[in-house]
Amino acid sequence: MNKKTYAEMFKESKENNEGVFIPFLVVGDPNYETSIEIAKLLTDKVDALEIGFPFSDPVADGKSVQEADLRAFNAGITTEKCFKFLEELRKYSDIPIGLLLYYNLIFNYGIEAFYKRLSEIGINAVLTADLPPEEAEESIKIANKYGIEQIFIVSQKTSNDRLKKISEFAKGFIYVASVMGTTGARTTVEHDTTNLIKRIKEHSNLPLCVGFGISKPEHVKEILGAGSDGAIVGSALINIIADNINDKDKMMDKISKYVIKMKDATRGI
Amino acid sequence: MKYDGKFGKYGGVFVPELLIPAIEELEEAFYKFKNDEKFMKDLKFYLNEFAGRPTGLYYAENLSKELGCKIYLKREDMLHTGAHKINNAIGQGLLAKYMGKTNLIAETGAGQHGIATAVIGAKLGLNVKIFMGSKDVERQKMNVFRMQLSGAEVVPVDIGSQTLKDSINEAFRYWISNLDTTHYLIGTTMGPHPYPNMVKFFQSIIGTEAKEQILNLEGKLPDTVIACVGGGSNSIGIFSGFLDDENVDLIGVEAGGEGIDTSKNGATLTKGTDGILHGSLSIVLQNNDGQIQETSSVSAGLDYPGVGPEHAYLKTNGRAQYVPITNKEALEAFELLCKTEGIIPALESSHAIAYAIKYAKKEENKGKIIIVNLSGRGDKDMGIIAKELGVEV
Repeated sequence: MNKKTYAEMFKESKENNEGVFIPFLVVGDPNYETSIEIAKLLTDKVDALEIGFPFSDPVADGKSVQEADLRAFNAGITTEKCFKFLEELRKYSDIPIGLLLYYNLIFNYGIEAFYKRLSEIGINAVLTADLPPEEAEESIKIANKYGIEQIFIVSQKTSNDRLKKISEFAKGFIYVASVMGTTGARTTVEHDTTNLIKRIKEHSNLPLCVGFGISKPEHVKEILGAGSDGAIVGSALINIIADNINDKDKMMDKISKYVIKMKDATRGI
Repeated sequence: MKYDGKFGKYGGVFVPELLIPAIEELEEAFYKFKNDEKFMKDLKFYLNEFAGRPTGLYYAENLSKELGCKIYLKREDMLHTGAHKINNAIGQGLLAKYMGKTNLIAETGAGQHGIATAVIGAKLGLNVKIFMGSKDVERQKMNVFRMQLSGAEVVPVDIGSQTLKDSINEAFRYWISNLDTTHYLIGTTMGPHPYPNMVKFFQSIIGTEAKEQILNLEGKLPDTVIACVGGGSNSIGIFSGFLDDENVDLIGVEAGGEGIDTSKNGATLTKGTDGILHGSLSIVLQNNDGQIQETSSVSAGLDYPGVGPEHAYLKTNGRAQYVPITNKEALEAFELLCKTEGIIPALESSHAIAYAIKYAKKEENKGKIIIVNLSGRGDKDMGIIAKELGVEV
């Protein structure tokens, strides 16, 4: 299936007076079949998907994502199965699909071969959690060659100089980390996010999506109100999987209700 | 950042963006204070008066006679807290203090680095949190107690392998959330730039002393320097004194575990491939997908699937060689050193001793002058050794 670009997605949502809602899932959590089923269920309820490949040492992630990774390993997930997952998902839906993963998986596969494969599958973007701009030159070059958008994270502590540098080669959108920490659901969103969003907008024309710690409709409203173009939610969704691991119907039902509620919060901004 | 932290293609800064400000701050502080007279004076004071430097270079006469070589032991085992780890803990602890940090965090496997960090934290008035895999907490209860006595909080890490690798992950996570107050005192020469250079700097005192001492004792350089390699801090410390002396052979000894043909070893440089773990590109033990593997060794300090990037570089360019020693060989060497010299080595250091014995027995090495870095003492290993020898203590 053809893919919709992030630019098209942001344009559409803007025309509809909406923010975008992007959930994050780990391939194979809790097993291959269920995770592809969840991903498909999400496609017509959300604007884009962020897909994680499980990694043995996910230092940027909190407990929820690491446990999802471990469930995926227990279910026998390999890089090859992750590609199969993406192929299956891309056949089913045209919404933007971005990857969030750790560099060793790409490095080990071969950077060029990895991006080529993603381009063949029709993946939109990659965010490499442990690849800061200092080390990203080769990846950016190859990503550009294969038409994959390389996404970067910025945080409260990112200096203006660095923001400027990052905005020179970042594509797709800027991933804004709302808290100084690892991924994981939190009860409140940090209020400095408003200032950070303002500061980023001074340096970049790319749309912004805020992630880390977002779990409630109020959080979505708050960050969209602060000027973000979208919200990314991972751990809160993964926690629904973890809490309903033995009752798939209930899991699907809760996920469905949760994402509908979260997407609703992006409307009428 | 000022430098790229590369050793050939190895090293670098492969960390989440959120850590970059801390890495930049640390780099700036390290390169500033290593040239600061007051800092270096304080460092020297604590190394000498708190840790007990310089350590001796001891001629192991009985062992040498038995093997037909001249074997010198660099006695890092004589230091406060029992191992070379204190050199780096003092250095980074002081640096943290100079940077205005109030908290130290550290990872530990067996507990040696945790104890070194705990005592320097106590001395310098810094709060200390030690991340330790819950399996390690269980099997190293006495060391947990020692850390707690110095006021450190020991945080059990109960996810993943529940050993050193996961305690490092957890320390990084905590650090990301507490950059302003906290310095992450990494115990070995791995990690993102500037850690490999910084830890080498603080451990290079071993090599500096050893070189001066051997020149005084023998009037010439050694033929060979042997040290065990887990993450690689004691080895890079002693190697650093001889890196430019090309006639000195440098040999790093890794955990062969139950054998390098089994899956139960920690022989990273012998069996690993290029990969990114814990902030740098180095050689790592991983599967075909790049998932990091779990390791096994009788010596907790060598039980790690990565290694400092400079070792990967020294292996690749041929300046140093790396060899495995099995659990069994290490235990035999342990017993031999106890009996011939009355020195009880740490199990980590026993790997270096074991290879020195193997090496000295080769015909072509007869009469050579060999320095072995005795990186730590074996008191901490009594429980494990008694168990391995089938003795009830």
